[in-house]
This record gives sequence, C-alpha cells and structure tokens, in this order.
Amino acid sequence: MAVATSDAGTASRRPSRGHFTLRKLLRLNWFGGTAAWLWLVIVMVPLYWIVVTSFKDQTAYFSQNPFALPTAPTLANYRLVIESDFPQYFLNSVIVTAGTIIPAVAISFMASYAIVRGAGGKFLAGVNGLFLMGLAIPLQATIIPVYLLIIRMQLYDSLLAIILPSIAFSIPLSVLVLSNFIRDVPKELFESMRVDGASEWDMLRGLALPLTRPALVTVSIYNGLGVWNGFLLPLILTQSPDKRTLPLALWTFQGQYSVNIPAVLASVMLTTLPIVLLYAIGRRQLLSGLTAGFSR
Amino acid sequence: MTQAAGRSGPVAWMALPALVVFIVFGVVPLFGVLFLSFTQWDGLGPINPAGLSNWRSVLSDPGLPHTIWVTFEIMILSWAVQTPISLLLGTFLAGRQRYRGFLAVLFFIPLLLSSAAIAITYKALLDPNFGLGAGLKIGFLTQDWLGRENLALGVVVFVVSWQFIPFHSLIYQGGVRQIPTSMYEAASIDGAGRVRQFFSITVPQLKYTIITSSTLMVVGSLTFFDLIFVLTAGGPGDATRVLALDMYKRGFQANLMGPASVIAVLLVLIGLALALLLRRLGGSATASQQEGA
Repeated sequence: MAVATSDAGTASRRPSRGHFTLRKLLRLNWFGGTAAWLWLVIVMVPLYWIVVTSFKDQTAYFSQNPFALPTAPTLANYRLVIESDFPQYFLNSVIVTAGTIIPAVAISFMASYAIVRGAGGKFLAGVNGLFLMGLAIPLQATIIPVYLLIIRMQLYDSLLAIILPSIAFSIPLSVLVLSNFIRDVPKELFESMRVDGASEWDMLRGLALPLTRPALVTVSIYNGLGVWNGFLLPLILTQSPDKRTLPLALWTFQGQYSVNIPAVLASVMLTTLPIVLLYAIGRRQLLSGLTAGFSR
Repeated sequence: MTQAAGRSGPVAWMALPALVVFIVFGVVPLFGVLFLSFTQWDGLGPINPAGLSNWRSVLSDPGLPHTIWVTFEIMILSWAVQTPISLLLGTFLAGRQRYRGFLAVLFFIPLLLSSAAIAITYKALLDPNFGLGAGLKIGFLTQDWLGRENLALGVVVFVVSWQFIPFHSLIYQGGVRQIPTSMYEAASIDGAGRVRQFFSITVPQLKYTIITSSTLMVVGSLTFFDLIFVLTAGGPGDATRVLALDMYKRGFQANLMGPASVIAVLLVLIGLALALLLRRLGGSATASQQEGA
C-alpha cells in the first residue's frame, strides 16, 4: 500500500488530464485486487466441487481426490434425481414462479403508476406509506396467520397457497423500485398525451410501460429468484409430495440420500442449472438494474 | 397541488389490486399474529382465548434469552464480516477494467442458488466423514464443523457471507460509481493516497449506501430461516436456534401456535426497531456532515 500511496503523489504532479487518467489506470489497486481474486477462489471452490462431484459415482468419490476430474464420468446421479419426480417439482416451481411474478409485477406497476401520477392525493400517499412499511417488517414473521388464512380459504396444500402470499410479499420492493423509475419519465410527455385526449390507462400502456421496461425486467428477475428459491411458504403451506417445489424437494431428497453425496450434489446442479442459464442470458439486465435500483 | 389532488381520483383505482392483496396477505396477518399471541391453538382445532398466558410462559422461558442472543450474535457477526469485504470488493468492482465485469458475473452465482441448495452443499462439504476434509485428508478440515457449538455458529456466519457478500458488493459498486471522479482528482492533487481517499472520500460518500445495505443485512438476518433449518436445524443443541427457527419449531413442530405467535411479534418488533434505528442513524449523520461542511 505504501508504494501505491507514493505513486499517487507523483501522479498528482502531472499537469495534463489525459496523463492523469492514464496514471490512475496504471496505478493498480493491489489490496482490492487481491481481495477480489481471493473472494473468487472462495466462491468458485464449492461450486467447482459441486460440478465435478455430481459426475462421479460413490466409489470414485471416496477413492479420488475431491477436486480431481471424474475419470469415468457418469450420469447415474442425474438419472436418480430425475427418476425421483424432479420433473414434477420443476413444473411446480415454474407454475409458482410465473403465477406469482406476472400478477405481482402487473399490480405493482399499476400501483406505482397511480402513486406517481396521483402524487398529492392523501389516499395514494397512505398506500405508498403502507408499502414502504412492508419493507421494514420481516414478513416471514406473519407466517402463522397466513397459514390460518390459507386453511380457512380451503387452499391448504395447493400451489395457489404459495402463490397468493408470495404476490403480497413481493409488492413493497416492486413498488419502491418501479415508482422510482416512473418518476423519471418527464412530466411533459404525460401532458402532451393528455392534451391529445389520452386516458390514464392509455398513458400507462403507451408511455410508462415502454419507458420503464428495464425496471420491470429487473423487478421480475429479482422477485422471481426469491420465489423460485423460496422454502418457508412451500414448507408450511403444502404437504403432499406432488405439490413440492424444488427447494423443498432438494431438502427431502437430501434427507433420503444423505450419504450419497454425488447424488445430492446432482440434485443441487439440476435445480440451479435453469437459473444459471437464464442468468447467462439476462445478466446484463439484472446486474445493471439491481445496482440502479438499490443505489438511489 | 390542488390540481394534482383533483387528478388523483381517476388513477387511484389502479392502486387497488395491489392494496387489496397486500392488506389480505400482509397487513391482516400482521395484526393476526398479535391476536393469535393471546390465544391457544394447535394448528388444526379451534382457537381459544388464552389471555396473557402465552406471553408469560414465553417471556419466562429460560431458553428465550439464549435464542435472542444467538439471533443478535449471527446478525452482528455476519454484518461485521460482510460489510468491510463488500465495501472493498464493491469499490474494486466499480473500476472499469474489463476483467472486473467478468469477476462480477462469477461473484453473482451464489445468489442464484437457493438457501436450501447452499445449506445442503455445505452440509455435504463439511461432513467430517464424507466431506471435503476427509477427501483431501486435511486434519483441520475434518473437524465436526456442524457438531460443535462455536464452530456451527461460525459456519452459519461464513455461509451467510458466502451467499450475500456478492449482492452487497453489487450495491456498493453502484454507489461508488455515483461518486464524482472530480473528488478523487482533487484529493490526488492534494497528495492523498489510495487509503486516505478510500476512508475520506469513498466511505463518507457511501453513507446512504452503507445504511441501505446494512438495513437489508440486519433485517434480512432475522429471516435466515431456511439456511439454518437445513444446515443445522438449530443445533447442535440450541447453538444456532435463532428466533425465526424458534417460531417454526414452537408452531409447526410442537403445535403451539400461541407461543410461536409471541415469538413472531418479537421478530416484527425487533425488525421495526432496527430499521428505525438505522434510519435515525442516517438522518443524524447527514445533519452532522452538513454542519461540518
């Protein structure tokens, strides 16, 4: 660090701006760099271990170095996982996630639009305050009354039982992020549409929707991840094996095959792979959207 | 203003669907949990009024101080581990070199995994007989990580950090990029080195980001249910029995919904208190900074 400091001292003597930025680039942040590469190792070692181990059979797992590539790669672990009804659980997770995100983002978007456009109205300010309060409360703590409510609605042990509370739980953050973005739409655009006789609904669809599309994608991905990976709601609100979502199925599978570590890791791989693929496609959107959404 | 208020009529209905869903599954349960804390219910049968008996029995339960202590211990330790590392990584990732983007992509992967998947992986990895330590034949790694009280708590803090540091680094990355570069240029001309710049520009400028990130960490740590449930189930003994897990065990394993609701009310109160405290902290910090400037 001492080297970097004295380096900065000489850099500052340079008069021209171009030189300045060049020096700044060359002056490496050794400490941060080391930390970043170290963290990369910490992140990647378990992930690498999951991948290689999931292709080994149990004897190879016990006899080999855990980090060695499998000498005779096998798909038997994956077959075992797939034969343990994982396609059904996968379908359940897809239904729950899509069934939550589409309505949740739609109604959050409408509410955000109303909150921004109707600013000044007492009712909407109250609604906004209520949603903001939802951010500060650990909503999982309300699980017991939610359970009671779901029983009374005759929805216990159905996928809808997971979907309805999940929609409610994703509203506060969605409204916060979406209303921030709608607020950035220039007021003049709304005015000119209004002069042309457009209704609020027309403006929501024709103006706010296209201009906030990146935020909508970000909010969908962020909430979708939370629902896809959710554990508590499925654990408490369902009980039949055919209603299991993936995280719950992972847990029961692990309970069943706890000593068959390659099989357990194959189940982890299979449940994570679809998300990693989606991430590979949409990562730019997610990363930039998240930083923009939270750093305000 | 009156014009705006007049216009709020036709749009107000658009907030109704979200409002109704949030009231039914968010606000009603919030009051419901308070109501249930004064009742006796086994989760299936009728709900009977129970007065203050749940509160009395839970508050005099000798296990409660331990549970609260463990909750705060995990909260504070995971905050103390995550914040400096996330700040450092976020500041580094805010640079523009190409490979930093590549690092950010890989850093983000743990966030894609469910807590259940992460807990299962670490449970397998740390198994003293079948895990990584046994395979590598490294004595240090073959300890009974999840079977000894202090170790288990440390493992929970480590796994939480493994899972969430990438997310907070990303938040800090966004924050650092909003700091005007002119501030750094000015500091450089004044002869301030990197370390000085980090502590006298980066950290103060990130104050709001630090508060946002800390609020998410602290309030979020109250809901580390799934990770701990799968990883240790609260054990060994009660070493990692946090409040959220305590609520689940009382309610859905011992079928005592009344006492479980008491714990839930405590969770809500602690969450609210912490969120307000952190916000106050942010407010007073701004005031003092403005006075200083």
